[in-house]
Amino acid sequence: MSGDKPVTAKEPSPAETLLHRAEEEAARDPFAGVDFRELELSLYRPRTLFSIILTWIVTGMTLFALIPLFAVLWMLIWRGGQKLSLALFTQLPPAPLEQGGGFGNAIVGTLLMVGLATLITVPLGVLTGVFLAQAGASRLAAAVRFSAKVLTGFPSILAGVFAYGAIVLTTGGYSAIAGGIALSILMLPTIILTAESAIAMVPAKMKEASIGLGATGTQTVWMVLLPTAMPGILTGVMLAVARAAGETAPLLFTALFSNYWLASNGRLDLMQPTASLAVLIYNFSGMPIKNQVELAWAAALVLVALVMITNLIGQSFSRQQVNQ
Amino acid sequence: MASGTVPNANPKATPPGGGTLASHPNDDVVMDCDIKELYYGTFKAVRDTKIPIKKNAITAFIGPSGCGKSTVLRCLNRMNDLVRGFRFKGHVKYRGKDIYDPAIDPVAVRRYIGMVFQQPNPFATSIFNNVAFGLRINNYKGNKTEKVEQALKRAALWDEVKDKLQNSGLSLSGGQQQRLCIARAVATDPEVLLMDEPCSALDPIATRRIEELMLELKTRYTIAIVTHNLQQAQRVADKTGFLYVDTTEGGRTGYLVEFGDSKEMFENPKEKHTREYIRGEFS
Repeated sequence: MSGDKPVTAKEPSPAETLLHRAEEEAARDPFAGVDFRELELSLYRPRTLFSIILTWIVTGMTLFALIPLFAVLWMLIWRGGQKLSLALFTQLPPAPLEQGGGFGNAIVGTLLMVGLATLITVPLGVLTGVFLAQAGASRLAAAVRFSAKVLTGFPSILAGVFAYGAIVLTTGGYSAIAGGIALSILMLPTIILTAESAIAMVPAKMKEASIGLGATGTQTVWMVLLPTAMPGILTGVMLAVARAAGETAPLLFTALFSNYWLASNGRLDLMQPTASLAVLIYNFSGMPIKNQVELAWAAALVLVALVMITNLIGQSFSRQQVNQ
Repeated sequence: MASGTVPNANPKATPPGGGTLASHPNDDVVMDCDIKELYYGTFKAVRDTKIPIKKNAITAFIGPSGCGKSTVLRCLNRMNDLVRGFRFKGHVKYRGKDIYDPAIDPVAVRRYIGMVFQQPNPFATSIFNNVAFGLRINNYKGNKTEKVEQALKRAALWDEVKDKLQNSGLSLSGGQQQRLCIARAVATDPEVLLMDEPCSALDPIATRRIEELMLELKTRYTIAIVTHNLQQAQRVADKTGFLYVDTTEGGRTGYLVEFGDSKEMFENPKEKHTREYIRGEFS
């Protein structure tokens, strides 16, 4: 190009040469040789097509999996909701041909036995979790961890049989205590394992910081590890509570059922057969009487609502911890 | 000297354990570290490292990666006790008393010899609780609020956080978090502060602030620092120890090559390895 313009005989100065070169560069199409069709979205490209189809499959499967979940919920609300009234919470279960009635004693029984099981398992499970997280590699820890893992898959009916043999037979009768203990056997492994993993997930640098400041091992556990792991521990407790609240088989062997309030002579008595929502549902749903079947549906709805409320409370607690 | 206000900076202060100590020939040396051999399991990590740490001065440990400088620093407050298989021959004397003596409680040692780590590691709790942690674990009976304010001021963080002491320590920026960790460490008035690459996770501006802070802190505390950054050692350290890796015995064993005044070491290193390292002829 520079050869085309012999306007001046003078040699162009170095600055002019540079300027020319820059102009040339700018004039050239920087995208020459680029095929823009390659950038267009095209279904003819196999991997694009594959990706789109897979997205549809994944979405479809998710919706499909939700069908039974929502079907159950809808059924509960539809069938159980009709019967919903304040009387359900205050009255006792009706006799076979009686109308109305409720399951106040079963709600109290479930809350009491699940509460009892939680009281037993939370200290036991969380402290075992601390041990596992701290002494992770020792042989005892490995044995405990293995047992806990086996216990998570433990058939719940066996927990009932165990508590029957250990508590019902020795104390001489079905009781809320026996029911609580049977449920605690089912809750314990979940709490141990989630507590361990929550504590193990506390960054090592926080533990180091605590030790480096002159804290003892115990102070580190109480003041750093447990508070930091609290959201995870609470999640585990909630999972365990939700599972225990819905268990029927262990209660059939231990707490049985009762048509009366959990009291004798006007005082709370934990040593007598105790009603629970799960067993009430089991008993009433099989009866050929309309009133009882309707009560079973309502009880199912109340049970699901109770579990959901516990979960929401637990979540809000753990969220507070995180935001702190 | 400003040290008069800090009880522990007084040479005649009661040492940990409560007993009286034999007077040390050199009162200037707060910690006398003499590591003959240090093992993690069967791995010999450090040998022949003798570093005296002078009072109210900054002592830096430099050297290539894996030369054991952090290991040596962690020996000084028994943080290595947490490592499985840690064994050690030699002694680390704090005010003339060997902290590896079986009669010594490592927890008490760490209260006098505080530590700041490579990664800022505040607890997942409020700024106030972070600084007050050391006071709580030592069952401090006095005015915690006052002590927390003092510590935050010493760590040059007070002005930035005084209106949000209840916010989470994790909400601060990296540099602020590290100063929070320094505040947390100085809240209990330790005599010695160990800093393990305190700036390696920070940007240059935050690094500068920490360095300025170290120079302020050395009037009250004795500081030992591990750093990868030669310029940093040059800027802040009074004394520098250069560690290097010895591969002749098969493993990678760190040892002290040279120790002396920083100025002297950087301008006129005596040993060949030091010279090469400082000139950047190997890494």
